[in-house]
Amino acid sequence: MNIHEYQAKEIFRQYGVPVPRGQVAFTVDEAVEAAKNLGGDLWVVKAQIHAGGRGLGGGVKLAKSLDEVRHWANEILGMTLVTHQTGPEGKLVQKVYIEEGADIKAEYYLGMVLDRAAEMPVMMASTEGGMEIEEVAAKSPEKIVKVQIDPAIGFQGFHGRKLAFGLGLAKEEIGPFIKFAQALYNVYMDKDAEMIEINPLIKTGDGKFLALDAKMGFDDNALGRHPDIAEMRDLSEEEPTEVEAKQHGLSYIKLDGNVGCMVNGAGLAMATMDIIKHEGGEPANFLDVGGGANPETVAKGFEIILKDPNVKAIFVNIFGGIVRCDRVANGILEATKLTDVNVPVVVRLDGTNAEEAAEILKNAGIKNIIAAENLADGAKKAVEAAK
Amino acid sequence: MSILVNKDTKVIVQGFTGKEGTFHASQCMEYGTKIVGGVTPGKGGQEHLGQPVFNTVKEAVDATGATVSMIFVPPAFVSDAVMEAADAGIELAVIITEGAPVKDMMYAKAYATKKGMSTIGPNCPGIITAEECKIGIMPGFIFKKGPVGLISKSGTLTYEASNQVVQEGLGISTAVGIGGDPIIGLSYKQLLPMFEADPETEAIVMIGEIGGDLEIQAAEFIKENITKPVVAFIAGQTAPKGKRMGHAGAIISGSSGTAAEKMAALEAAGVKVVVSPADIGKAVKEVMSK
Repeated sequence: MNIHEYQAKEIFRQYGVPVPRGQVAFTVDEAVEAAKNLGGDLWVVKAQIHAGGRGLGGGVKLAKSLDEVRHWANEILGMTLVTHQTGPEGKLVQKVYIEEGADIKAEYYLGMVLDRAAEMPVMMASTEGGMEIEEVAAKSPEKIVKVQIDPAIGFQGFHGRKLAFGLGLAKEEIGPFIKFAQALYNVYMDKDAEMIEINPLIKTGDGKFLALDAKMGFDDNALGRHPDIAEMRDLSEEEPTEVEAKQHGLSYIKLDGNVGCMVNGAGLAMATMDIIKHEGGEPANFLDVGGGANPETVAKGFEIILKDPNVKAIFVNIFGGIVRCDRVANGILEATKLTDVNVPVVVRLDGTNAEEAAEILKNAGIKNIIAAENLADGAKKAVEAAK
Repeated sequence: MSILVNKDTKVIVQGFTGKEGTFHASQCMEYGTKIVGGVTPGKGGQEHLGQPVFNTVKEAVDATGATVSMIFVPPAFVSDAVMEAADAGIELAVIITEGAPVKDMMYAKAYATKKGMSTIGPNCPGIITAEECKIGIMPGFIFKKGPVGLISKSGTLTYEASNQVVQEGLGISTAVGIGGDPIIGLSYKQLLPMFEADPETEAIVMIGEIGGDLEIQAAEFIKENITKPVVAFIAGQTAPKGKRMGHAGAIISGSSGTAAEKMAALEAAGVKVVVSPADIGKAVKEVMSK
């Protein structure tokens, strides 16, 4: 789960990771009020959406007076912000963060993720602040300093020194930087973060380090023990159909093709998308009905897939292990009663009770259900039916 | 022969008396697995499915001589269960539970390694030696005995692959579902040499997914160490970047961990890589007849 910059900075403050003062605003008046409260004569108006590249998209503006704060808040609130991370459809901006202006002397990058190979978190720093870290990694990997931090020993001084010297910091800057990095490690571990990115991390004129931006993602599996984080979820930032699917125990991701897919298991679901493409078609979605496929979840699956007007055919690909195919077949019949399934449905059921399932579907005599013998046959028929 | 488990392997179940534990333990017993007891704290001294229940893994190990534990406890208690098994001298823990926090697995895996205990999973279908021993949730009837070893990140795709292999008139020696989480136990790199050394296994199928670099490591390892033919399929060739596809591990960001990159690395290592998941069985037949 991802959160907004203003929320991440709230968490940073709790852990002593220095951030500029700021306040979130949902209306133009609130934005001006926030600027007044903060005081000073320089503010930044920042669009709050779950995507990077906001500045280039016109979602971050500098304001030198309260009138300018009003002007930019008015421009940004309600705009559809398009960045390289939002896709061409962009994202509607519903809140802005008003932050005090900062005296920037240098910009860095600092981030943390899990290093899967080492099976421990890694902290990364770079002098190329403001640039996408993937781009730096591709073009000049020598500019990224990494330290793996074994949780058994936690964050130590040597971790911090390796990063600080790697960034070429001056002697008097090492201490404040290590303190900053230590606090960041604490946030990451305590909150079960999946990813933290500070880009840029700035050094101010008076030698302080501040997180000018903050991005955080969390391990969904750990949200149960972090009710404060779970509460920060902003459903308006997520695809509504994906949210609805999750509420019914389905895992759904919308794609751009026209062959709808309903599959059990994430790996087989991805493989089904692959074979549709291999047969010359384009998958309309990823949909994993999970291990407990029953008539209701299958019906819900159809309903969700059919919300996408691009879908011209559906490929149901179930390999029954614990899931019994006869139950899935009954689910399909049930679904045709509950939902108006108005496109051809190619059904491939294999595994436990597959023969009974074939019999059930055959006897039902529903005209737009097409039986498939195996994975390849099903994919071919589904791609054909969608043409 | 086979790898890791066989008809003589003694298995206990942690989370024995729960709904999932009960259902799957009884299925395993029906398959022929030697389930010799289980652990449910507070229910020690009772009997369940005709086997003794213990309060601690230590008691269970001492009383039964079990070397493997199958873990079905809820996600929040997985790391505790894994560490208890390691502490009690279990040699292999098969973690079926889905949804364990990554941080917990980080600690649990490190401790297991320190204690010399291997792990499989979490969030996996388990391990099966065909017609001998099933420790997990896979439908046993799909796995007919034969000369093909199988290593897979995905559950249902394991069934699909095994089914295809069997339909080609071949069969499975041992199949291991390693799971698709960011932190997992035994992986390709540890399992490949076991299959290489197993006289019963003549060919190996590996099924991977987008995300992480385990398949890349496997490719490097195969190049140097594996002489038996290997067939591979990587799921997620069409997955969009930055989206999580069900398994926490199946997320790609940036350029690393894509299907294309993994497929190229495996091909360069001499592995027969299939583009279509429907061609796994055929490819195995082909490499074995060479």
